[in-house]
Amino acid sequence: MTRHKHNRWDGRRRWLRWALITPYLWLTLFFLAPFIIILKISFADPIMALPPFTPLIDWAASGLDRIQVTLDNYMFVFADRYYATIYLNSVKIAAIATLITLLIGYPMAYFIAQQPSGRRNLLLLGIILPFWISFLLRVYAWMGLLSSQGIINNLLLSIGIIDKPLTLLYNDFAVYVGLVYSYLPFMILPLYANLEHLDLDLNDAAADLGARNWQVFLDITLPLSTPGIIAGCLLVFIPGMGEFIIPALLGGSDTLMIGRALWDEFFINRDWPVASAVSIVLLLILVLPMMWFQRSQIRQSGESA
Amino acid sequence: MKNRGITLLTIAAFGYAFLYIPLLSVIVYSFNDSRLVTLWGGFSLRWYRVLLENEDVLSAALLSLQIAVVSATLATVLGTLIALALNRLGNFTGRLLLTGMITSPLVMPEIITGISLLFLFITLSDWIGWPETRGATTIAIAHITFSMAYVAVVVRSRLGALDQSLEEAAMDLGGRPWRVFFDITVPMIAPAMVAGWLLSFTLSLDDVVIASFVSGPGSTTLPMIIFSKVRLGVTPDVNALATVIIVLVSTGVIIASVITRWQAKANSGAGP
Amino acid sequence: MTADTTGSTTPGIDYTDTPWLDPEARPLVQLRGLTKRYDDVAAVANVDLEIFAGELFAILGGSGSGKTTLLRMLAGFERPTEGQILIDGVDMTSVAPYDRPINMMFQSYALFPHMTVEQNVAYGLKKERINKAEIRERVDKMLDLVKLGKLAKRKPNRLSGGESQRVALARALVKRPKLLLLDEPLAALDKKLREHTQFELMNLQDDLGITFVIVTHDQEEAMTLATRIAVMNSGSFAQVGTPREIYEYPCNRFIADFVGNINLLDAEVISSADHRVHLRCDAAGAELVALLDNPGDEPPPAGARRCVAIRPEKIFIDKEPPSANDRTILKGIVLDLGYFGNLSIYRVQLPSGMVLQVSAQNRRRSATRALEWDDEVYVSWDIASAILLSE
Repeated sequence: MTRHKHNRWDGRRRWLRWALITPYLWLTLFFLAPFIIILKISFADPIMALPPFTPLIDWAASGLDRIQVTLDNYMFVFADRYYATIYLNSVKIAAIATLITLLIGYPMAYFIAQQPSGRRNLLLLGIILPFWISFLLRVYAWMGLLSSQGIINNLLLSIGIIDKPLTLLYNDFAVYVGLVYSYLPFMILPLYANLEHLDLDLNDAAADLGARNWQVFLDITLPLSTPGIIAGCLLVFIPGMGEFIIPALLGGSDTLMIGRALWDEFFINRDWPVASAVSIVLLLILVLPMMWFQRSQIRQSGESA
Repeated sequence: MKNRGITLLTIAAFGYAFLYIPLLSVIVYSFNDSRLVTLWGGFSLRWYRVLLENEDVLSAALLSLQIAVVSATLATVLGTLIALALNRLGNFTGRLLLTGMITSPLVMPEIITGISLLFLFITLSDWIGWPETRGATTIAIAHITFSMAYVAVVVRSRLGALDQSLEEAAMDLGGRPWRVFFDITVPMIAPAMVAGWLLSFTLSLDDVVIASFVSGPGSTTLPMIIFSKVRLGVTPDVNALATVIIVLVSTGVIIASVITRWQAKANSGAGP
Repeated sequence: MTADTTGSTTPGIDYTDTPWLDPEARPLVQLRGLTKRYDDVAAVANVDLEIFAGELFAILGGSGSGKTTLLRMLAGFERPTEGQILIDGVDMTSVAPYDRPINMMFQSYALFPHMTVEQNVAYGLKKERINKAEIRERVDKMLDLVKLGKLAKRKPNRLSGGESQRVALARALVKRPKLLLLDEPLAALDKKLREHTQFELMNLQDDLGITFVIVTHDQEEAMTLATRIAVMNSGSFAQVGTPREIYEYPCNRFIADFVGNINLLDAEVISSADHRVHLRCDAAGAELVALLDNPGDEPPPAGARRCVAIRPEKIFIDKEPPSANDRTILKGIVLDLGYFGNLSIYRVQLPSGMVLQVSAQNRRRSATRALEWDDEVYVSWDIASAILLSE
């Protein structure tokens, strides 16, 4: 008798194995291959042509002898203080924005989780709704509020709190506002999902054993909601690091973020190998949080299954 | 206890205000007659007229809709297949690679996705002559690639919650695998597929960064037009456009949630 | 293995109710050396079994005993690592579930939530490409049979547990399978409904003449329903027999302990004469006598370790010493007593410290207890009631 490794009757899913070929090839071609190409180009010599890098096809066609690997692009990225500042600044901005989002998002998620179920659904809808509306337009909406002749300045001027317009737009402040605003739902939803599943009996048990309200929160709720906090923070931090639209629309010329620098390197300087190297370094910075996120997702799906 | 409740309520109220005031301000100012976006010049629909007369905007909107429908549909099919494979095939060769490829687009900065796909298209067209030009097709391909990941996540979580004995029961009653898939599995995961489709549709309609890289001459999507307009500052016709989009999307989302709730009620209520 | 208590088979005997004793009968289901291993851990190990048409066969076991794996192999959801499954003499080992003349009622019932009761029941017939009129007729008839005619248009989420169970049953039975597998059919029902449904199931099986194989962890369920029970333990059958055989003539310590309550007294053989065995039980501080089940059996040698097992209800308890004719009599005090309405359970401590469990019917209506805590009592049993088990 032959031995079967699969624990389920295996013939019935043969069609799925065949059907999987298409998406598999698709991802290999349109996700994995581009990634390998960008990696290769980051090691290529820039030439001023279109495409502005030594062609890859030559390498593929004529074998290893013509591969010109150069670390120049990376040397350039690491040696230039400009890039170091940009990376650090991006991490700083993303991290601070994540913290602010957490400080606003946690009480909101906690508040929603405490409501009776009918009202809870409505409140959740209120969180999800902006998420469906164009990201670009939501960022744009802040331009109207923050500009020097914008609604906020007009309001403050007319009340008389200030006598000349504040500079609210085109600076780091506006970028923080934009990041917190855009990614708030990403913080609230995982937190809510986590807080909603907490067993309220635990709170009662802690109170019964003599803990005061704030102690119950610190001893029970907060530790148990750590998975939600981690998921929410990573969901804000990771896209925040690579964000382009928000610094492009709300940031000033001195707002240094990596997404914007990449865009400029690519479209304005047209130095594609350096742009590739910058991308790869960004991915290396993000690799740890990304893996952390994936692991937490896998753990969560494992628990619910 | 009471204080804490009030504090929470206050923060939540501010939070919701924070989420909605920008949207409301755009809506209000879209009816502003003044060209100066920030000064109120009386109620007017003139910016809607300007919008309707702008053929660039209209054709870009049409193109964006076409791309969104096509990419959402294909992403739903491909993403569902991947979700099924990951959920049902156990340990198969290449599972780890597939898991990596399907979850990475979720966390990949879109600017890198855009650059790398552009490199691919350039390389491919050098190599095999396809794609000859970049445009709607390449944008759709890019959108399918990252939307698939979202569909796979949504469908996979639904599959994970699905009682597999339903499919076994169908097979036990004589259904062949292919029939069982359409009789049982598809109806069971349909809500997740619809959600995945809508998500993909929205992501595609929203995308400006990736499209900027992989689009070509003559294929400008609506977000690209909006982006180039607002880069220069606030413009009243964008307010009008934004209002149209906000109203359409909100209506859609609210209707969808009412239907969902109504169905849930019909399913759970009235039973013994 | 099984004690032969039903006598030797002679021609001319009516085997209708006991087909497994008929040497001529051809089994409906034959399992030969059936084995299922997961990563070298055997969930089912080398199982041989014959089930006959018309039987209501129960597979009884705890969780992890392999009973569900065995059932899933029968249904076709798991492929055996080794061995064969024959239905009506045809090898079904590698036949897909949808091509087997077997249907299954799932523990979760697995009713399709997007189909009405009627559509659920009709699903299997549609897959057989039977014409619509006949499907209609068979579905209606089946729904009437399980008294669900009125609920035909309902969706499963609006059915009670009992109703869902009947739909699941109807859906499997309407295909007229040769064999119906039931995975914990009553586990999801509450106690009252369970008792009622047990008898319904038995009647239905009797009326339709379909062979049932029930998997259950509930020994009471297996006892009341089954014609025969296979007790499963870590992947193989510990004993196969009628409920009475399993209960009264357990073949080893595991079965005796697993099915029902029992007192186990480890003892050493002093001597054997004819089929009477004299033993010394140090734990009870007493000498015991037990009988060999078959007079022809080889008596155990002196010094051999054996176990004397006695069911609580076989023990008689009283303040007065009973007349000692072929009885084992021990003295003790009442350590604990529990009143269960129809019967009382006593825990009696012997002078050696050992505790015996005794149950007694409460035959007389009385507000006061006949026995109290710390009462001195005599416990005794007929030596024929004691079971002699090798360890």
